[in-house]
Amino acid sequence: MTALVTLRNVTKSYVRGKQKVEVLHGVDLTIETGEFLALMGPSGSGKTTLLNLVAGLDQPTSGEVLVAGDRIDRLSRGSLSDWRARHIGFIFQFYNLLPVLTAEANVEVPLLLTNLSKAERRRRVQVALELVGLAERARHKPNELSGGQQQRVAIARAIVSDPTLLVCDEPTGDLDRQNAEEIMNLLQALNRSQNKTIVMVTHDPKAAEYASRELHLDKGLLTNDTRRAA
Amino acid sequence: MKMFRQIGAVTAMNFRSLPQRVSTSLVVVIGIAGVVAVLVSVLAMSTGLIRTMESTGRDDRAIVMRNGSIAETSSALDRNSAKLIVDGAGIKRDENGEPILSAETFRILSLRKQADDAEVSAILRGVGPKILAVRPELKIIEGRMFQPAVAEVIVGKSAHAQFKGLNVGDVVRSRGANWTVVGVFDTGGDAHESSLMTDAETLISIDQRGSFQSVTALLESPAAFQAFKDSLSANPALAIDVVRERDYYQQQSKTMANIISIIAYVVGGIMAVGAVFAALNTMYSAVSARLQEIATLRALGFGSTAMVMSVLAEALILALIGGVIGALLAWGFFNGNTVSTLGGAGGLGQVVFELSVSPQLMILGVVWACVIGVLGGLFPALRAARLPVAVALRAV
Ligand SMILES: Nc1ncnc2c1ncn2[C@@H]1O[C@H](COP(=O)(O)OP(=O)(O)OP(=O)(O)O)[C@@H](O)[C@H]1O
Ligand SMILES: [Mg+2]
Repeated sequence: MTALVTLRNVTKSYVRGKQKVEVLHGVDLTIETGEFLALMGPSGSGKTTLLNLVAGLDQPTSGEVLVAGDRIDRLSRGSLSDWRARHIGFIFQFYNLLPVLTAEANVEVPLLLTNLSKAERRRRVQVALELVGLAERARHKPNELSGGQQQRVAIARAIVSDPTLLVCDEPTGDLDRQNAEEIMNLLQALNRSQNKTIVMVTHDPKAAEYASRELHLDKGLLTNDTRRAA
Repeated sequence: MKMFRQIGAVTAMNFRSLPQRVSTSLVVVIGIAGVVAVLVSVLAMSTGLIRTMESTGRDDRAIVMRNGSIAETSSALDRNSAKLIVDGAGIKRDENGEPILSAETFRILSLRKQADDAEVSAILRGVGPKILAVRPELKIIEGRMFQPAVAEVIVGKSAHAQFKGLNVGDVVRSRGANWTVVGVFDTGGDAHESSLMTDAETLISIDQRGSFQSVTALLESPAAFQAFKDSLSANPALAIDVVRERDYYQQQSKTMANIISIIAYVVGGIMAVGAVFAALNTMYSAVSARLQEIATLRALGFGSTAMVMSVLAEALILALIGGVIGALLAWGFFNGNTVSTLGGAGGLGQVVFELSVSPQLMILGVVWACVIGVLGGLFPALRAARLPVAVALRAV
């Protein structure tokens, strides 16, 4: 297996007023292609911060971040957003769908950054929606869908451009048990049958069980790295 | 190319969410429409005044006044001088070989406006017997010409329309006499249409002021002006200034037109500042309302330039709608409306003129609207772009 994500001695500090607060203290981490990583830990431990660094949403204070062969800690803001468009699929806790757009238009959004033809975009949207089992809801607006359905639309949006890495921050955090299970089954299926590499932050140990590897973050340091047999 | 697609896509999304922001967006549209309507209609006044004044006066007519007089008001020419002017070179002559000129004097009459009963000062101009030859554009359109030696007046078309008590048969009271209106005249839309005319000798004898104020002469051609001027200036018995008639009226109206333009820009400018703040406010709230969308789009890889441009595009389009509405309002309500100057342009008394909302003015108004839109959209747009994505995503 090859390393898709490599973090070397990564620190991240925030400046709050006059005070500098270090949130990540020298994190070393390797994630391999095809892994489904669950990142756990108490609130405020720095999970989202770490995920944002891996996803190229933020830059480390020091250290190296190598993802999909690119030293993204060295990219400018402009090239970082192009890089995200090419490599990262995002799944958020609150779905972050655009309320004015239908499900299919929402799924199409990442494709607007590509040079694909309208017909090709439409075809891929259709495939992605079928994959998450929502083809018949294509014309619905987010407010006409349940939370679980909205998250499935968000997953379709995350995979439609075939990104290198799926990044999820508490994807089931806003869902009830049954919907959470459906979403986790879907993510696991994407990981197993499509070989998608997934990094998922979660509070929920049940959700973490779907992952192939479980990693704990405590006060800005990684602890407890467990791999599960598939 | 990809940039344009991004901008287009984001702008389209913004517009689809516009219905949820109707009321705040309307504030911008209405505010800008108001600015543009006021600016355009006030400027239409100065354009209208200039236009009226430009059509007043001809190049082949000259006005002679006492030297140093800026306007007819402050000029006086005695009978002797008036007689000497007859000998000027280059004056056109009629079939009897007599020079075509009109020695004139005027008085201010106090009248009331039709519209609001406001007191206005109109001009009663005493003209010479050859007035119809001097001013071939003068046509009697109702009633008849005044007769000399009786207190009769004809009234200009605009004066007739704007001021009270000027119908044929009405009597206009002034200090020395009661003037009977016997006719209405048209001079092709120039400033004289705002005045009344009578026989100069009658006017002078009624209020016993023994002097004319100016002499207007019809020249053989526009080119004859210099010869006319030189011949009069060479006469040591005459202390006079000679001005081409067109130049005279343009000079008289310039100050007034400038004042109106300044008012337009000052009032328009103050309103524009208000509209910029309204636009800023609206666009800031539009941006905060869409902060999650903007953060999400940027996470998905949309560039910050696309965000800036889409916010600007929205502000610009709202402004454009407002600008067009404002310009059309000004045009619909005011174009062709007649108004009169408050004080009187120079020595011209109350000049009645048409507001002229020209296409150029309407374009100017729309340009102002766009500037207001861009100013109001810029800072909110930059805010949308500057906020780090990671922070914006947390802010939700
Ligand atoms: N932009 C910021 N400025 C200042 N401090 C920040 C900023 N972002 C995060 N922090 C702080 O960094 C610490 C780690 O935050 P982070 O969101 O990564 O934690 P988390 O593990 O994801 O927590 P949770 O489980 O509640 O989501 C927290 O103390 C948080 O307050
Ligand atoms: Mg978090």
